[in-house]
Amino acid sequence: MKPVNQKAWLLVLPVVLCVAFSAILPLMTVVNYSVQDIISPERRVFVGTEWFKAVMRDDDLQGALLRQISFSLAVLAVEIPLGIALALSMPAKGWQASAVLVLVAISLLIPWNVVGTIWQIYGRTDIGLLGAALAQLGFDYSYTGNATHAWLTVLVMDVWHWTPLVALLCYAGLRAIPDAYYQAASIDGASKLAVFRYIQLPKLRGVLMIAVLLRFMDSFMIYTEPFVLTGGGPGNATTFLSQYLTQKAVGQFDLGPAAAFSLIYFLIILLLCFILYNWMQRVGTQDKESGHG
Amino acid sequence: MARIELDLAHAYKPNPRRDEDYALLPLKMTFENGGAYALLGPSGCGKTTLLNIVSGLVRPSQGRVLFDGADVTGRTPQQRNIAQVFQFPVIYDTMTVAENLAFPLRNRGVPADRIATRVGRVAEMLELSGQLDRRAAGLAADAKQKISLGRGLVREDVSAVLFDEPLTVIDPHLKWQLRRKLKQIHHELKLTLIYVTHDQVEALTFAEQVVVMTRGRAVQVGSASDLFERPQHTFVGHFIGSPGMNFLPATIVDGQVEVAGRQVGPAGAALQALGAVMLGVRPEYVTLAAAGAAGAVPAVVTQAQDIGTYWLVTGRLGQSGDAGDGALVRARLAPHQAIPKAGDAAWFGIVGPHTCYYRDEQRVEGATA
Repeated sequence: MKPVNQKAWLLVLPVVLCVAFSAILPLMTVVNYSVQDIISPERRVFVGTEWFKAVMRDDDLQGALLRQISFSLAVLAVEIPLGIALALSMPAKGWQASAVLVLVAISLLIPWNVVGTIWQIYGRTDIGLLGAALAQLGFDYSYTGNATHAWLTVLVMDVWHWTPLVALLCYAGLRAIPDAYYQAASIDGASKLAVFRYIQLPKLRGVLMIAVLLRFMDSFMIYTEPFVLTGGGPGNATTFLSQYLTQKAVGQFDLGPAAAFSLIYFLIILLLCFILYNWMQRVGTQDKESGHG
Repeated sequence: MARIELDLAHAYKPNPRRDEDYALLPLKMTFENGGAYALLGPSGCGKTTLLNIVSGLVRPSQGRVLFDGADVTGRTPQQRNIAQVFQFPVIYDTMTVAENLAFPLRNRGVPADRIATRVGRVAEMLELSGQLDRRAAGLAADAKQKISLGRGLVREDVSAVLFDEPLTVIDPHLKWQLRRKLKQIHHELKLTLIYVTHDQVEALTFAEQVVVMTRGRAVQVGSASDLFERPQHTFVGHFIGSPGMNFLPATIVDGQVEVAGRQVGPAGAALQALGAVMLGVRPEYVTLAAAGAAGAVPAVVTQAQDIGTYWLVTGRLGQSGDAGDGALVRARLAPHQAIPKAGDAAWFGIVGPHTCYYRDEQRVEGATA
């Protein structure tokens, strides 16, 4: 039998302590809240899984979850194809390439709450370029009054803010394709569409996975921009999960249900991360098997 | 299939002034229909540029490319109907081997049954038949390169098939097999093949005509024996052969060729007017001679190596005392004779029917008396 060296425990102890204080203890506090009804700091009652059941049955939460999922899917459906198209049309070299890269990256440098403010002004029908233009064209546009308009405005804002990230990732992926592939395709008489379908898209698979993961997780946790732009309204048309959670925990001080929901939210994200991560890993190993290029 | 004529020059930079600005110096060349050609030269000599100009991937900055007399300079590879195979395997990852091979035909709207026959035929030639339904992405590098070769050979109506160092990634033993396969395919299909390589063995075994290139110039076009027996340029002498040709400074004095102060033989008519020339002789044709023999020079042996089937003996020209800075001469000697050891004095016979003379790096015709 191999001798067991117990000293190892001592060596990992600092890490265990750090993680305990930074992650495990706060998380356990949330777990603690989620199983109690806190009436006042002195009076608390153990309620078991009561909050979890209540939260799962909560219509507001189900509504927020549904809105959240449809929002994230809409974000992916618009940003991924748009990002690819943008990357394909960006110049490959010369000063034009540098100029376009800087221009495209600008929106990524703007803080989230500023993005919200920009769009708040941009969408106003009296002084905003977009709002006024739409009003001039005869649309009865109002992101504060019309639920559909509000939802679409938040979506367009996210597309404006984050499509450049997808475009830059794809651009990097495209530049990594060796010239020989394009030369071979030209020799083989492939059309532009065939080049995209059989060379560019397969070679972009790796970066697209990353783009999908980043955009899905990020949009799933979106908070600041809709908070600044619409405050979750009108009604709760743009109240997404994190905003719902904040309202519960900080607004209404319902710590129990908020904690229970935090855990569910956490598990949903963990699960999605796990699925996407494994998917990416598999794509990675397939690429390795294929060896060159 | 086509007869390809080139009359062009190419520079990647705009406004070339000096020779160094050119990737290809002005050249005129013809590739005959159905021939097997090799472009041979060290890295950076312009052979890939020349190949890409023939295929249409690069447009020459000056001059024209003619296919069967028609000017195709401005046409794309597709319009020229060229097939080209690159140094590193290019495969379409998402397709099977069969789909990869069929791709060039499918893009040209060839009917499905015709595609199936061609793919079957090419797969058989390249021994890929067993893997036709496998995904191309999972295969080893040499199988992938076979697919690339197959895509180059699958169209039967091509003007020419161009190979850009296609066997670089292949294992040595497979290299030999594939090279023979290509030769066989050339005999079967009678396609015009142009093959770029820096490996002289590859070029000389594959091609009927080898174009030797250096620094943007095609210095000689010829068969293997032309290149070996009559190098037109000192570069060809150096580059072809292992080791390369010996070049010894010689002077012409009173109608006699003098090497290292010793008369080695009469100078031909063409040499008479020239004062200083280079005498070129292949190590294979250098012999051991008796002291003072005609056409021989004295040297001090600096190295004698056993290379298995022959001995490589290197000597420095001059008598044993004053051999400080004489030119080096190498000889390939059969092992059955007495091989001198390092430090020995020996006489090397350097003048014979295979000896060539060079002036300004160019061979002097009619130099032997």
